[in-house]
Amino acid sequence: MNNVYYGKLIFELSKEGRCGYSLPENECADYKMQALPANLMRAEAPALPEVDELTVVRHYTNMSNNNFGVDTGFYPLGSCTMKYNPKINEDMAAHPDFTGLHPLQPMGTVDGALEVYYNLQMSLAELAGMSEFTLNPFAGAHGELTGLMIIRSYHMSRGDEKRTKIIVPDSAHGTNPASAAVCGLNVVVVKSRPDGTVDVEDLKPLLDDTIAGMMMTNPNTLGIFEHNIAEIAKLVHEAGGLMYYDGANLNPMLGKVRPGDIGFDVMHINLHKTFSTPHGGGGPGSGPVGVRAGLEQFLPNPRVMKDDMDHFYVENNDKSLGFISGFLGNFAVMMRAYTYILTLGYNNIKNVGPLATLNANYIKESLKDCYELPIGGVCKHEFVFDGLKDKSTGVTTLDVAKRLLDYGFHSPTIYFPLLFHEALMIEPTENESKETLDGFIEVMKTIAREAKEDPEMVKSAPHNTPVRRLDDTQAALHPIVTYRELQAEAL
Amino acid sequence: MAYKFFPHTDEDIRSMLNTCGAKSIDDLYSDVPSELVFKEDYDLPEAMSEIEIRQYFDYLGAQNTKLTCFMGAGCYDHYSPSVVNDIVRRSEFLTSYTPYQAEISQGTLQYIFEYQSMMAELTGMEVSNASMYDGCTATAEAMMMAVANAKKRNKVLISETVNPIVIRVVETYAKFHGVVVEKIAAEGGVTSRADFEAKIAKDDVAGVIVATPNFYGILEDYTGWADLCHEHKALLIMNCVASALGVIKTPAEWGADVAVGDGQSLGIPMNFGGPYVGFLCTSKKLIRKMPGRIVGATKDADGKRTFVLTLQAREQHIRREKATSNICSNESLMALYVTIYMSLMGKKGLREVNELGYSGAHYLAEKLVKSGKFEMAFPDKPFLNEFAVKTTQDIDMLQTIGALEGFNVGLKIADDTMLICVTEQRTKDEIDDLADLLIDPLPEEAENEENNNETV
Repeated sequence: MNNVYYGKLIFELSKEGRCGYSLPENECADYKMQALPANLMRAEAPALPEVDELTVVRHYTNMSNNNFGVDTGFYPLGSCTMKYNPKINEDMAAHPDFTGLHPLQPMGTVDGALEVYYNLQMSLAELAGMSEFTLNPFAGAHGELTGLMIIRSYHMSRGDEKRTKIIVPDSAHGTNPASAAVCGLNVVVVKSRPDGTVDVEDLKPLLDDTIAGMMMTNPNTLGIFEHNIAEIAKLVHEAGGLMYYDGANLNPMLGKVRPGDIGFDVMHINLHKTFSTPHGGGGPGSGPVGVRAGLEQFLPNPRVMKDDMDHFYVENNDKSLGFISGFLGNFAVMMRAYTYILTLGYNNIKNVGPLATLNANYIKESLKDCYELPIGGVCKHEFVFDGLKDKSTGVTTLDVAKRLLDYGFHSPTIYFPLLFHEALMIEPTENESKETLDGFIEVMKTIAREAKEDPEMVKSAPHNTPVRRLDDTQAALHPIVTYRELQAEAL
Repeated sequence: MAYKFFPHTDEDIRSMLNTCGAKSIDDLYSDVPSELVFKEDYDLPEAMSEIEIRQYFDYLGAQNTKLTCFMGAGCYDHYSPSVVNDIVRRSEFLTSYTPYQAEISQGTLQYIFEYQSMMAELTGMEVSNASMYDGCTATAEAMMMAVANAKKRNKVLISETVNPIVIRVVETYAKFHGVVVEKIAAEGGVTSRADFEAKIAKDDVAGVIVATPNFYGILEDYTGWADLCHEHKALLIMNCVASALGVIKTPAEWGADVAVGDGQSLGIPMNFGGPYVGFLCTSKKLIRKMPGRIVGATKDADGKRTFVLTLQAREQHIRREKATSNICSNESLMALYVTIYMSLMGKKGLREVNELGYSGAHYLAEKLVKSGKFEMAFPDKPFLNEFAVKTTQDIDMLQTIGALEGFNVGLKIADDTMLICVTEQRTKDEIDDLADLLIDPLPEEAENEENNNETV
């Protein structure tokens, strides 16, 4: 990453008369678009930039130098599992035998693609201990929504219409309650105990015949394994509810625990977390949803199936919750995830969770003298500090996060979960070496020292990044969201 | 444990465990009750080398048939210039997260700002979000936006001329979100004005969803629709084919409140259905009701013009169950495809792409109709590069023979109707070959040839 800011916009490089494309001659030029009724056409061409090819290439190349990715450096962003995105994944996703397939091409011409889909869904079912997966959901939150639709479809299929509540722990990802609301469910919050796990006593009175189910992340957002999970699942099942597993934290479970074996009925997986597909600056992800045996019929349409003759086909089912995507989901993301699973094989996948857990515990133990560790004991793939141990300096978690950028590290997730005021959530992943972790630990200790010796310097960090701290407040009070607005404001 | 993605040596592991006060990695799982631990090996293949991976995907790829594409219906075979595919693989873009840490994410934030600006220009709307999953879910989000905006209404009208693939996703969201979706009838390939007027007059509609071009490729005349919607306090939502917006009347010009659709037609490969990108554009007035991420301009501590995620108070990580949507993705990388594509094409390129598609499609349509084997399903209705034709021939048979000859001949949308699309990638020779094939799918020589092939 550059520390010189490249701040231009493509519109500012535009000059009337330049062009960055070439197209073939119109061989059917006798048929002129001008024949279309004028009142159905736009009055003016859109004000898109006019730029030559090299200018476009340099513009986006320079822009990329303002960015930090996993390939740039350590990215300990808690709950996001910023693991290495293998290059072979990208090559396979760009395989020309797949990229040119139209999603509605006749059956019989897409067998290879359906085989990838089918094999990936079966691999995920094996890894998660579930019966079947749909790969149609586009992202984790979309998977949650799909999973909740499955739960509601299950209850409705039994004529049990009054189950409209979903239990969500107070430590849950914000998407859990938001997905529930989109799905038409009412959220009931269950409290955490001081050790960060779900309070079973607080849960019991919530369980009645209006409960559709419960959503849980395990390990939870504090990186703590919910050791009472078997009892919780039993209680929810006895009350007639289903257990939903938010797969955001699946990584430490690989090689150790399968959600389907510990009481979960429905779950999603974030392929862009656990299965190494790149985050792409916020997307595309992929959020496959798995179900235990007996719930397959509710999976979204279309489903990819295999017949006795090993032929693949696509099927729509009447009992299904319906369609949640236009086609079969983010196929090119699946190509990457399937490549990853084949690359690791059963013999390496089983080490993913343990090594991710080792890395997290190593950082936690190395830094707990400088940073406040609210919950002791072993963690899984991630853990949460509640800010600096010494709060007298006035240096906040935000300041620590910004100072880290100066040292060439991405910041951890901050101010989440909401259980602590100064939450700093660190997730190293299994791909990072001891040397990288030691470098990070050293810098975190240095920042703790700087907070005492020169708090103002830390509070005004970052100092070495392409740009300094941004004025979020002004941006929200007076939103400028297009170039047209920017010109009007002369910013 | 040595493996290319695991840098841990045995000595590293020993030393790290020592720091943790643990004897083995299993000790770090001491909080997991042993009866919950998975003790077997996964039933999966053994690790493959890169060479074996390539061989395997070549094998799988050979099971697919590459076809010359005359199919559209929501996914279009447009050309994506080399620059696009080169830049989107830059790992500074590819391997970054959502740009929360603005100081080291200006690259992502800048191109999203450009994307928003371009989508606003293309749709004519004032603002755009940072992108959504795809066109279907963006339309469903717009439906929920309309219902939230209307407060006490939970009915949405959707024209039967909207792509059925979009309609069925909207209906799924509606079913669970407690929204009633009523169809507006189609007549002669366009939305029935009379049915619309009757249904909107009930004053219980939160939003009306129509399409341009519609599912049949037709450019409908929506004169007066927005006024009628607004008179009855409903939002007009327009689902559009992004590429076509380079030339056709924009949602803003029709007076729509929300423009949605799929951006796939702007430089994104067909990829067997995804990933694509959904766009959602609206008026400044409705910006705080909009789902998804939004990037805004601001200044940094040194006064430099910079960009940042803004209006986050609408979003799930802050508002939880009260958020405008559960979405936290913006399909950033796909928005980058679109942004670079539009930077290269500019206003003239987009027009040329549409002209090429128009000319090819009209040439093909005329040729098919002249043969007497086909007739336009909706004669005299204006279309751009996609059209529906009726035939007495068996369309499944046409598709099968087409595939054998290397053509994706189009989509069967009724027993006697097919939808055909021509993009700038189709040459006149290809169009002529397709026309020959559709008009005379089983010429005598070909039949003989086929029999010969079977015996080989």
